[in-house]
Parts: sequence; C-alpha cells; structure tokens
Amino acid sequence: MNLAVKDIRHNLGRFVLTTIGVGMLLMIVMGMGGIYRGITEDATLLIDKLDADLWVVQRGTRGPFAEVSRLPTNLADRVATVPGVTQTRRFVFHTVQRQHNGKPLRVAVLGLDWPTDRGEWLPLVAGRPLAQNHFEMVADRTLGLALGDRVPLGKETYTVVGLTSGMIDSGGNGLGFFTAADAQTIQFDLTGEAVRLERAARVGRVDRIDLGRTQPPLLERAEGETAAIPALAPPAISAVLVRVQPGTDPRTVAAAISGWADVSVHTQDEERQLMLSGPVEKAKLQIGLFRVLLTLISAIIMALILYTLTLDKLHDIALLKLIGAPNRVILGMILQQALLLGAMGFGIAYLLGQWLFPRFPRRVILMQDDLIQLAVIVLVISVLSSVLGIWKAMRVEPNEALS
Amino acid sequence: MTSTTAADTPAIEVRGLTKIYGSGNTEVVAMRDVTLTVNRGEVVALLGPSGSGKSTLLTAVGLINPPTAGQIAIGGQPVMDGPRDLVNLRTFRREHIGFIFQKSNLIPFLTARENVQIALELNGETSRAGRKRALELLDYLGVADRADHYPAMLSGGQQQRVAVARALANRPQVILADEPTAALDSQRGRQVMELFRKVAHEQGGGVIVVTHDQRSLDVFDTIYEMEDGRVARATTKVQASPHGERVSNAEPSTARQT
Ligand SMILES: Nc1ncnc2c1ncn2[C@@H]1O[C@H](COP(=O)(O)OP(=O)(O)OP(=O)(O)O)[C@@H](O)[C@H]1O
Ligand SMILES: [Mg+2]
Repeated sequence: MNLAVKDIRHNLGRFVLTTIGVGMLLMIVMGMGGIYRGITEDATLLIDKLDADLWVVQRGTRGPFAEVSRLPTNLADRVATVPGVTQTRRFVFHTVQRQHNGKPLRVAVLGLDWPTDRGEWLPLVAGRPLAQNHFEMVADRTLGLALGDRVPLGKETYTVVGLTSGMIDSGGNGLGFFTAADAQTIQFDLTGEAVRLERAARVGRVDRIDLGRTQPPLLERAEGETAAIPALAPPAISAVLVRVQPGTDPRTVAAAISGWADVSVHTQDEERQLMLSGPVEKAKLQIGLFRVLLTLISAIIMALILYTLTLDKLHDIALLKLIGAPNRVILGMILQQALLLGAMGFGIAYLLGQWLFPRFPRRVILMQDDLIQLAVIVLVISVLSSVLGIWKAMRVEPNEALS
Repeated sequence: MTSTTAADTPAIEVRGLTKIYGSGNTEVVAMRDVTLTVNRGEVVALLGPSGSGKSTLLTAVGLINPPTAGQIAIGGQPVMDGPRDLVNLRTFRREHIGFIFQKSNLIPFLTARENVQIALELNGETSRAGRKRALELLDYLGVADRADHYPAMLSGGQQQRVAVARALANRPQVILADEPTAALDSQRGRQVMELFRKVAHEQGGGVIVVTHDQRSLDVFDTIYEMEDGRVARATTKVQASPHGERVSNAEPSTARQT
C-alpha cells in the first residue's frame, strides 16, 4: 500500500491546488530565465543574421548599435577595393515610431544595399524579397502588417511585399527592410516647411559671406535642392558591412582598413560583444539579478509549502508510529509526496509556459540547460524540505497521536 | 508471579511502575508503584475516577509512554526498565500489541479496510492477503459494508469497530483498549468485550480494558480499581462460577488470578 498516493487521493483537491500553485510559481521562474535568454539572443540576432565578417564604422566609435556612427555613402566603394573583400553593403539603421491604422507602429528601419542585397537572405515566411529599388518593404511579423499593406512613412507610401519571422532588434522592435535609399529617405524626411526654412537659412548664410555677394549664382543654387549642390554631402550611412573572400582571415583585411584614419573596424564577434556590453547590458543584468532572486524566493516558498504539508500530517505520522510503522515507511511517504509535487509542479510550469510564453511581446527562450538547472533546483528543494519535514516527523512521539 | 498452567509466562507483567510528569512545581505523579500481572487468556478491566492514572498505565504498557521507574515484561520478555527500552519498541508494538483508543484512532486518509490492511502489511503480509484478512475482520465486526468509507464518514461506533479490527489484525499477545465501548450501544459494547475474551482465550494473549461501563463488568476476569495513581483494589472472578462471587483483595500484587 502506497501511503503517499493514498494521502494524495484523499486530499486530492488540496494537492491539486498546491501543485498548480507551485507550478505557476515555477513557470514564472522559468519565464524569467527565458526572458533573460531572450534578451541576450535578440541582442545579437540581427548581427548574426546580417552575418558580415567585418563592420566598418566611424573612427573611434563603437557603432552602429552602441552609439551613433556616421559614414559617407561612398565609403562602401572605397572598402570594396581592399584586397580580400568580396562584398560590401551599406548599412542604414534607425527606429521610427508612427501611427498606422490608428495604432502606434514602431519599426526598426534597415536599409538593404540595393541592388547587391535584395533581402534574399531574410527568413521569409510569406511573399518575396524586394524587387524594385523604391517603395517596397519586407516587414517582420511582429509588426502586425500583412502582405499588400500600404504603410505611409514620410512623404512616401511603402507596400509590404514580404514577411519575415523572428527578425527583431535588440529592443525587441520588429524590423522593416527597405532599400538603403528608401531607408535614408525615411530617416531624413523633412516637411515642406522645414525644407523651406533650411533653404532660407542657407541663403542667409551665403548672403553673409563675400563669395555669396560676388557670385550671385551661388545664392540661386542655395535656394535649390540639396542634391543639386555638389558641395553638400548626401545623407550619411551608419556602417559598411564587409564580406571577405573564403580562406582570407578577416583580421588581415581589418588591419588594412583600420589603417585609414577615418574609420574603425570591428569583427562580427567584437560587434556582438559591443552589443552585449553596451545597450543591453543593464537590462540583462537587471533581469539576471531578478531571476536569481526569484529562484531563491521560489525555492523558499516551495520548501515552506512542502514543510507545512508534512507538519499537517504529524498526527497521522504519530498514529503510524503507534501501530509500528518503521521510519522507512514514514520517510518514504514524505519524500514521495515532495518529489511528486515537485515533478508535477515542474510539468505544469513547462506546459503552461509552452502555451503562455509565445504570447509575450518579446521572445522567451526556454533553453534545455536552463530547464535542467531548474529541474535540479526543484529536486534539491523537494529533498531538502522533506529532510526538514522528516526530521520533524522522526521526533514525533507516538503518544502524540492520542492528544 | 503466578501464572496459568498452560503457558509458562504471563502475558503482561508490570512491577513498581511509576510515572511522574513534569518537574518542580508542575510535577504530577500520575502513577505510583503499580504492580500487576495479566495472564495469558485473561481479560482485565481498569476502573477509577478521572485522572487516577488509567491511561498512563495503559500507554506505559503499550510502550508509547516510558515510565519514570519500574519494569514491564510482555510475553515473558522484559521490554522496559524505567525509561530505558530493552527492545525495539516500534517493532515490538507492531508485532505484539494491538491498540484501541477512545478517539483519533484511525488514519484519516485510509479507508476502513486500508486502516486494517496497513497494520497487516507493516507486518509483512502481502497486499492481497492483507486485503482478504482485513475484509474478514471487518465482516466479523459487522462493518464490512463500510469497508471503503473514510473514517470521517463513519459513526463513532463504526470507527471504534474498525479500530478493534485493526488491533486484532496481527493476532497480538496484548490488546490495550481505552474506553473502547464508550461510543457503542450496550449490545455492541458487549459484543466487543466478548470478542476480546475470545481472542484472549484463542490466542493466549492478555487484554487490558479501561472502562466506565459498569454493566459489562462481568466479562472481566479481574478488575483493578485505580485511585490517585495506585491500584487500590483488585477483584478476581472465581473461575468455578463465571457469574458468581468475586474475591476482593486490597493487595493487587498478591491477588490470585486464574
Ligand atoms: N502529558 C501529561 N503531562 C502532565 N500531566 C499529565 C499528562 N498526562 C496525564 N497527566 C496527568 O496525570 C494524571 C493521570 O492522567 P491519566 O490520563 O492517566 O488519567 P485517567 O485515569 O486516564 O483519566 P480519564 O478517566 O479522565 O481518562 C492526571 O492528573 C493528568 O493530569
Ligand atoms: Mg484516560
């Protein structure tokens, strides 16, 4: 006769409630671990997916994610001439928050270097990559857009032609892929009035210098389009992504480019490290500490629950001793119940998490290592708190059954 | 000690048993220098006013309440010398002693049948055989139809009968019962007492029953009356006439027993 099972059967409602309670507690611990993993995974997701051997950024900066990096657009062409480089891509990246269908739409805008890069490498779940150099976009599913949706950004409207899954930036924002030119247009979009004011300011500045007074056509030009003034640089890019030839050590190429006084070069690993030690470090630490705390507190709560479960049975245990039950039987009953509760709580936590976590706005990643670690913690807690209960049970005098 | 001719040792032998609860100001002497013998096949009653030490004596003999001084031997085997145990008490209880208490007798999360069965299984009985014997015992006590009920669903009398079934399960040498018939009607109470007699005779064991029930005193072979922790009087039934005269003796240790 298994006393543990008999006791549970008799107090089924209570056991089920306790198990569900422990399960939900463990689910939160599990989820917190998953959120922690999610943050670190998401932080480097974009860097991994872009899969560039080298990142060329503004000299002295740790851009383009950890801080602002501005480079001239034509740098990509300069880098392409370095021996060992097979491909360069202009990297334009910024976040915009606009209204769409009455809801806020937050898009991490990523420019693809049309025509070398049309987004063929994107993990598309629907639609196609970009097929023309303007007015198309590939959106991540998390943005909530559908194929064919038309999204006005700035003065232009972009049509969603493809959908990706799992493409988000370190802040959890869904990515929108545009051509680099469109991405810049979105980034540097100004209203008509702003353009007029800028032109007037330009005229004012030219007017104040000798050259402007002696060269009237200059004044005329200053009133025109920015693109028509060769003396003004086109909008900047954030970085240049470099692929090196297979068999070439990226570090030799990096050394060559680093020789230039206007840029710094980071390898993919360095860029990943910069991201983890920079923008997401505090969030990671915060969640990490909270996770440790939560695990500790849950362990204590679980131990208390299991211990009180045993305390409630002390009278029955005294009675068992009275009729001569050996310690082995009593110990087995307590331990089996604790383990059963722990195991079932863990199972409930896992199942509940599987259902609930995908509904979270950011990724919650349940890693096998973390699950095993938690399972071991639950096991240890179950045994430890049983030991406490058993210690108490062993001291119960059989004649306490009569009181 | 005197003993029956059939068996060479008495079922229960208690000598100079004293129990003092607490110490200093709160000291209570619950039992003083109690000496008595229960022979094999003998059923004895403990009578006495509340607080006279009946339960203290019973639990001491039941090996769940170590005495302050005195010796206890069961079936000829010394088991306690003062507060010191001479055998593994729990194993000894399991194998040789059956208990019935006034209340809180049964394990609440086991059904009536399981409460009896567990006692058998703890003693090495297989689950199948234990189940069969448990049902037989419950049937014998007239509660077979309540075999699958939990104690909380049974009346006080039914609980008591299940407890009796459990006490008898392992055919113990000694049955100790603290007011077992309090929750029973007089007919059932009498049946339980007769049952004790039968078990005592068939198995050659000793039975001690604490009772207040004056009506069923005639089933006992010997009646010990306790007062203030002492055995004040022992009355032994004369064997020749079971329902006849009783011999009273102020000195229990010398009381002639059959
Ligand atoms: N655990 C204890 N601690 C202190 N004193 C106790 C304890 N148990 C019993 N006593 C005292 O010992 C004395 C004898 O108690 P006992 O329970 O043996 O009486 P009893 O004859 O069984 O009475 P009743 O008929 O009321 O059950 C009482 O004075 C009681 O207060
Ligand atoms: Mg009493």
